[in-house]
Amino acid sequence: MDFGPYFVLALIEGAVQASVLALTAVGLSLVFGVMRVVNVAHGEFFMLGAVLAWAVATTIGAHPAIGFVLALVIAPVVVGAIAVSADVLVLKRLKYDPENTIVATIGLLYIIQQVTLMTYGPDARPVEAPFNQRLAIPWPEWGEGGLTIGWPWGFGTTSYKLFVVGAAIVLLIVLWQIMARSKLGLVMRATQLDREMATAFGIQVDRVYAIAFGIGAALAALAATLIVPIRQAHYLMGADPLLLSFIVVIIGGLGSLPGTVAAAVLIGMSDGMISMFFSPTLAKILSTLLVAFVLVFRPQGLFGSRGR
Amino acid sequence: MTRILKPKQTRRSVLKNMAAGSALVAGSAAMPGFVRYSQAQSSAPIKIGFQQHVTGIGAAYGRWYGRTTEAAAKMINDAGGINGRPVEIIAEDDGTDPKRGAEVVEKFANQHGCDVAFGTLFSHVVIGSAPRAGELKLPYFVVSEGHHVASGMLNRYTLQPGITDVKSQVQAMAPFVADNLGKKVTMIFPDFAFGHDHRDYFSEAIEKQGGQVLAKIAIPPTESSFTRYFPQIPRETEVVYHVMVGPAVLTFVKEMGEFFGSSRPEIFGFIDSLEAVDIGSAGLEFLDGTYFWEGNPRYAQADQSDFDKAYRAAVGVDDNGASVSDSKDVSTYAHMFGCWETLHIIKAGMEAAGYAGPDDRSKLIEAVEAVTDMPHSNEHPQGAKLFNGKTHQVFGHQYISKVSGGKLVVAHTTSIEDTFYPDEVDYTTQPF
Repeated sequence: MDFGPYFVLALIEGAVQASVLALTAVGLSLVFGVMRVVNVAHGEFFMLGAVLAWAVATTIGAHPAIGFVLALVIAPVVVGAIAVSADVLVLKRLKYDPENTIVATIGLLYIIQQVTLMTYGPDARPVEAPFNQRLAIPWPEWGEGGLTIGWPWGFGTTSYKLFVVGAAIVLLIVLWQIMARSKLGLVMRATQLDREMATAFGIQVDRVYAIAFGIGAALAALAATLIVPIRQAHYLMGADPLLLSFIVVIIGGLGSLPGTVAAAVLIGMSDGMISMFFSPTLAKILSTLLVAFVLVFRPQGLFGSRGR
Repeated sequence: MTRILKPKQTRRSVLKNMAAGSALVAGSAAMPGFVRYSQAQSSAPIKIGFQQHVTGIGAAYGRWYGRTTEAAAKMINDAGGINGRPVEIIAEDDGTDPKRGAEVVEKFANQHGCDVAFGTLFSHVVIGSAPRAGELKLPYFVVSEGHHVASGMLNRYTLQPGITDVKSQVQAMAPFVADNLGKKVTMIFPDFAFGHDHRDYFSEAIEKQGGQVLAKIAIPPTESSFTRYFPQIPRETEVVYHVMVGPAVLTFVKEMGEFFGSSRPEIFGFIDSLEAVDIGSAGLEFLDGTYFWEGNPRYAQADQSDFDKAYRAAVGVDDNGASVSDSKDVSTYAHMFGCWETLHIIKAGMEAAGYAGPDDRSKLIEAVEAVTDMPHSNEHPQGAKLFNGKTHQVFGHQYISKVSGGKLVVAHTTSIEDTFYPDEVDYTTQPF
């Protein structure tokens, strides 16, 4: 394929990757920022979202659009509720001790994964997209007869992929508004800045923690529901988003939401580009290498603030 | 996970079997050499360790390999077992993982006391397990398609008598591809041993037909997103040759359709890319008019044999290749017959060797090595086969099907001779 169309295709693929990654990683970053908990089970909340989306879409059995819209609501809510109960039953009892919570969330990872395996099974199952037209993209070319518009072979995308990018942007703006404007956002930011002071001002920190953990998991589930019509629901699908989210959160600066989004766009786009022009394995190697460099030269992340 | 399938026995059935057994013994005077072994000294079951891909990327295959194996064991037990002893299938999950595969083989030999191990599909698990089976001197009957058995890479204890290997399959496909579809081919294959067999042997075979492979695109079998690989397909490609495995095969084929849109080149695939997937799934309409290799035709064909009919009924597969109890549960029909046929070869081998217990394992291998012709029969419903005892590999017919009207219709059946290649190893010269 010629370089031009190739490049645009890589951009589109990168954008889809980046938008899903941004949603997932923002969830992880929120949990870390507010609670200082490194949630190793984050990828499993992502997987659970996809599996629940499949369950909802199949139980409804009506037009794919109805099942999908319902899944978009139900999956994040259920996953959020599971996360809240995990917070109340497990993390709270460990007093959010950093080492203990890592071990506890590793345990959570295996419990969620194996319960899914035992109930949902080992198969990958598809969820039908609410709409999925193939959009061929015209490509202008200067030939002998002046400017001509061509339709290069293999050069196109689908309406659903564009929808995923749009939906992710809208969701991130909504989240940003919640964090910046609402009382809930204010309380969460206050807790993130100084837990003791927040307690002194009468904020029920325990409740804020539970809500943050729930929202973090729900964001992962939402991202998974958006991507599951493109990929499929599978009980092992949580590993990749977890790794990429950690990469993004470390590069963006732990706990910094704008940094996380910027890093997700950087990693998602470069992953799309490098995957297409070279190989997906090289893309992973380079992004992990970038993490190593960030940790060595700028441990607070590209957008994080130093030491607190 | 351990699952032990015991033949159902009631007092009545035992008495019936005993009566049948004694009738056979009585008959053995008239037919020496055939039922001689039914006077087994032990009535303890023959234990067959079944290395099953219950979880991991091979799970869909594992489920159907399991059903086929259960059906074959039931058929053997209903007919009086092996040498008068019932067959017991001991299934262990290997997680489609080579490391666990080797551990499972060890468990079969040391913990369960199995007579043989059997049933592995994924080539990396076979390659990871076979050396351990050789060390434990446990006959290891694989149903894998990989060329590693016949290439001489493994050992005398590893045999593949129930399914043909990739090298012979692709060699038989190349003339069809070159004559009917085109000579400039781009290959897309999974990046592990099985895919590498496709890459190496198909490239070789198509060049012999005057064709060439323009690009070789390797994709990790755990991949979940594929669009980013397709731009590597060169524009002058006449035929896309695809073979994919793993949980995301449906996504793979769907994204290929989205990539090409209405202007696709010719497409030739191995049905592996759609095993356990409904051809009627949304997004697969573009496949109409494309071709697939099938190890065994998924849809019951107009000229369906009685053997295939009986086999389908025994395993519980309908005429569309799906489970009779759930039309959405599509089988891995092109591969799973290998389990059925392999179990029957184990039976034939044990009977020929007068197999009584683990001390006779080398005799069993020699007996299987001596097998040559396998006629089209209830035991071999996929078709007639020819076994090469030196390379431990079986050879058989291959099917090329065209997708038309949402079904796979056989367009060409190769001869067994089309799949032959010179021997690369003689395992019979290796000591036990």
